[in-house]
Amino acid sequence: MAKLSKNWGPLHPAPPPPESERLAKTSLDRAAQLALYRYMQLTRMVEDRLGNLYRQNQVVGGLYSSRGQEACAVGSAYALSPQDYVGPLIRNLGTMMVRGILPSEFMMQYMARGGSPTGGKDANTHFGDLSRGVVAPISMLGALIPVMAGVALGARMQGRDSVALTYIGDGGTSTGDFHEGLNLAAVLSLPLVLIVENNGYAYSTPTSRQMRIQDIAIRAAGYGIPGEIVDGNDVLAVYEATRRAVERARGGAGPSLLEAKTFRMKGHAEHDDAGYVPRELFEEWRKKDPIDRFERHLLGGALATREELDAIVRSLDAMLNEEVDRALASPLPPPERAFEGVYA
Amino acid sequence: MSAVTYLEAIRQALWEEMERDERVFLLGEDVGHYGGAFRVTAGMLDRFGPQRIIDTPISESAIVGAAIGASLLGMRPVVEMQFIDFIANAWNQIVNFAGPHHYRLGQAVPIVIRGPSGGNVHGSVFHSQNPEGYFQHTPGLKIVAPATAADAKGLLTAAIRDPNPVLYFEHKYLYRRIKEELPAGDYVVPIGQARLAREGRDLSVITWGAMLHVALEAASRLEADGISLEVLDLRTLKPLDQEAILATVKKTSRVIVLSEEAQTGSVAGEVAARIAEHAFPWLDGPVQRLCCPDTPVPFSPPLEEAYLPNVDKLLAKVRELASY
Repeated sequence: MAKLSKNWGPLHPAPPPPESERLAKTSLDRAAQLALYRYMQLTRMVEDRLGNLYRQNQVVGGLYSSRGQEACAVGSAYALSPQDYVGPLIRNLGTMMVRGILPSEFMMQYMARGGSPTGGKDANTHFGDLSRGVVAPISMLGALIPVMAGVALGARMQGRDSVALTYIGDGGTSTGDFHEGLNLAAVLSLPLVLIVENNGYAYSTPTSRQMRIQDIAIRAAGYGIPGEIVDGNDVLAVYEATRRAVERARGGAGPSLLEAKTFRMKGHAEHDDAGYVPRELFEEWRKKDPIDRFERHLLGGALATREELDAIVRSLDAMLNEEVDRALASPLPPPERAFEGVYA
Repeated sequence: MSAVTYLEAIRQALWEEMERDERVFLLGEDVGHYGGAFRVTAGMLDRFGPQRIIDTPISESAIVGAAIGASLLGMRPVVEMQFIDFIANAWNQIVNFAGPHHYRLGQAVPIVIRGPSGGNVHGSVFHSQNPEGYFQHTPGLKIVAPATAADAKGLLTAAIRDPNPVLYFEHKYLYRRIKEELPAGDYVVPIGQARLAREGRDLSVITWGAMLHVALEAASRLEADGISLEVLDLRTLKPLDQEAILATVKKTSRVIVLSEEAQTGSVAGEVAARIAEHAFPWLDGPVQRLCCPDTPVPFSPPLEEAYLPNVDKLLAKVRELASY
C-alpha cells in the first residue's frame, strides 16, 4: 500500500494577529457605547449565572457559552433597527439580549420550565419572538440562512423596510444550505446580512478541516456580493461593519457576508473541556477579550470612569438576582402539554 | 362550463388563490418564464409579475427554507418541486424546520409544497417516486394526494388556506388524462376527509392518487362477476380519515389497501395497522396490501409494468380475498 501523505494541512488555527489596542472608529456616542458595554456584560453575566445553575443541577441537558464572542453578537445586533429580523444561533445570546429577550427566558429554557418561551418543548436558546424580530433556529446549522433569506423576501414583498440578519460558524459554512441560501439571497438581491463567526473550532474540528482557505470572507466573491473581514473581538468594528452591510441591504444593494474573526474561549458545551485546543491559543486570545478591550477603550478615551462601569455591573447583578428567582419559581410543564400544539 | 383537466384544475386553484389573496406567491425552478416543466404555471408570470412568480436557482433546500421564512411573516408561499423526487433535497427544511415549528414555538408555517409524483410514464428512478411514506412520520405536516380534477382544485385551495405546512402530491399520470367539470365558485375540499368514490357491499379498496382509477376500473369489471367493490379515496394521507377507513371496513369486512408506494414503511402500512388495531372483530379475512415491491422505480416499460400495481393485479388480489 502506498504511503499516505502526511501533509494534511495545519491542524490548529493560527493565533490572533498582533494589532494595536485601538478599536475601530465609530459614530456611536457615549451613551450608545455604554449600552454596548452593558449588553456585553449582561451576556457574560447571564451565561455565568447559567453556569451556576448548571453546577446546581438545575439545567436539563447541555449548556452552551459564547464567552469570548460577546462582541460579535452584541455589536451586530445593535446595528439593527426595530423593524429588522435576526436569526441567532447558540452563541448569540447577546443578540437576543439586544432584541429585548429577558435573562429569565433563557434560564427557564435551560431549566426546561413550563414558563419558558417554548413552554418546555424546546431547549436553550432555541426560541424566538417574531414581535421582537427574533426568528428561532434549529440545531442543523445552515438551515437558518435560507429561512432568513425568506424572511427578507417576505418583508420586501410586504413593502416593509426590514433587513434580515443571521449568523453561521466556521463549521456551518461547510453545509449545503450555506451555499444555497446565500446564493438565493444574492440572485434575488435580498436584504440579508450573514455574519460568519469564525471562532476557530466547530466542536473539536479546527477550521483547517472545514476549508482550505484562511479567510471565509473571500467566499462572498463566489456569490457576487461584498465580503468583509472584521475583528470579531472589537465590538465597535463589528457594529460599524454590520451597520454598513445593513445600510446596503436596506438600500436595495442585496446581501453581504461579514467574517468576524474571534475565538471560542470554552468547549463546545459545558461538558467539553476543549482539551484539543492548544493552551497557548487560549492565552493569546484571552489578551483580546472583547469586554476587557472595550473597558480599556472606554476608560482610556475618558468615555467612562471605573466607578460608572462598576455601577453598571452592580445594577445588572441585582437585576439578575431577580431574574434567577423568577426562573426558579416557574414549575415544570404539565405532562399533557406533550400532546398539544402539533398543528396550528 | 366545460370539462377541465387535472392539470388545469391545479392551475385554476393557484390562479384563483393568487387573485384572492395577495399574500400567495409561487417559487420554484422554471415556474416563471417557462411556466413550469409541466406547464402548470403557464401564463402566471404575465398575470402576476416576477415579484410573485419567482424563478429560483436549483436549490430545493433554499427554496423551501425561503418559503418557511416568508411564511413566518404571514406570506402564503407555494413551492413547486419540478419533480417530487427532488423533495429529498429539502428534507431537513421540511422535517426539522417546518414540521416541528408550531409545536416548538406556536408560530404557524403556512407553506404548500407541490409537485408531480408517481410513475407509469417511464420517468425512471428519479422522476417517478411516491414520497408520502417518508413524510407521514413527521409531526406537524399535512399530506394530500388528489385523484380527480375536482379534488385537485379543492384540495390545493384548502392547502393554500391551511395554516400548516402541507405537502400536495399531484400525480403526473393524471395531468392530462382525466378531466371533468369543476364545481362553480369558491371550491374547497376539506383536508382530512376521505371520499367514498364507489359504494359496494363485498370488499373495500382503500386507495388514493392514480391508483383510484385502477380501483374503479377493477370495480366495473367485477360487476359482471357479481362482486361488489367499495372504493374509498383517502385524498388526505396525513392526518388520515380514520373514521371513513373503519366505516368501510366494518361495512364489507374485507379490505385491500392499494398504493403506488414501495410497500415497506408505506402509508398503506399505517392504514392496514389502524384497521388491524381498531376493526379486527369486523374482519372476515386478513388486511391485504397491494403496493409496489421494495425496489427503486424501474425505467423500461416491461419493468415498470411489472413494478406498478394495475387492474389485473388488483383483480387477482380481490378474488383471492373474496374467497378467503
